[in-house]
Amino acid sequence: MAKRKRYKRIPIIRPKKYCRFKKSGIKYIDYKNPDFLMPFINEQGKLLPRRITGTSLKFQRKIAVAVKRCRHIALLPYVADQMK
Amino acid sequence: MEKTNYESVVVLTPVLSEKMLQEAVSDFEKLITENGGELIHKENWGLTKMAYPIQKKTTGFYQIYEFAAEADTEIVDKLELAFRRDEQVLRYLTIKLDKHALKYNERRRNGEFNKPKVKEAPAVADKVAPAAPVKAAPVAEAQVEKVSNEEAE
Repeated sequence: MAKRKRYKRIPIIRPKKYCRFKKSGIKYIDYKNPDFLMPFINEQGKLLPRRITGTSLKFQRKIAVAVKRCRHIALLPYVADQMK
Repeated sequence: MEKTNYESVVVLTPVLSEKMLQEAVSDFEKLITENGGELIHKENWGLTKMAYPIQKKTTGFYQIYEFAAEADTEIVDKLELAFRRDEQVLRYLTIKLDKHALKYNERRRNGEFNKPKVKEAPAVADKVAPAAPVKAAPVAEAQVEKVSNEEAE
């Protein structure tokens, strides 16, 4: 009986994610600039998780606060169908 | 006593006439200075489109005040009470500024961010499209752009 061949799993090589705030030295996230916050929210206006954007925890918290402030002053929607 | 820096954003109704708007803006300004606050900067965005309607209005006048005050005065309470009582105010937000925010605001006031802001917009557009699946290349590109911006300053 021929043994079933076992294939080795080929690892997918992805470039390492990094925190763009740490890299470019941004220390304050402006809540009055919705364009800047755009990469961190999805089409419905929801916050994107850290595992997708690669942001460090420190700045993810700051983004969350900034987005919420931005929503409050009506520069970003709380709910949207198609933002982009 | 150390002074604390605050920033207030006020959204006023679009139905105001030019004169009434000026009046309301200067009223709040007076309120800040009379209660021991020191007005550092004020900014008027004019009629701006809002992301969602508030009280069936889709636009609003945005007015931003940055001021410093002693930490234990009741200036913020008084100011927010005035905002709440005023029917022309659709939304308000008062926040405390930390040291990074102060630096940022100063640079923004000096117009240093006008250039990066313009350049950031296309970078944002790049990043938006391939958000989830293919991320590495466009983000990296955008990042390089951003970094060079920072250096250019």
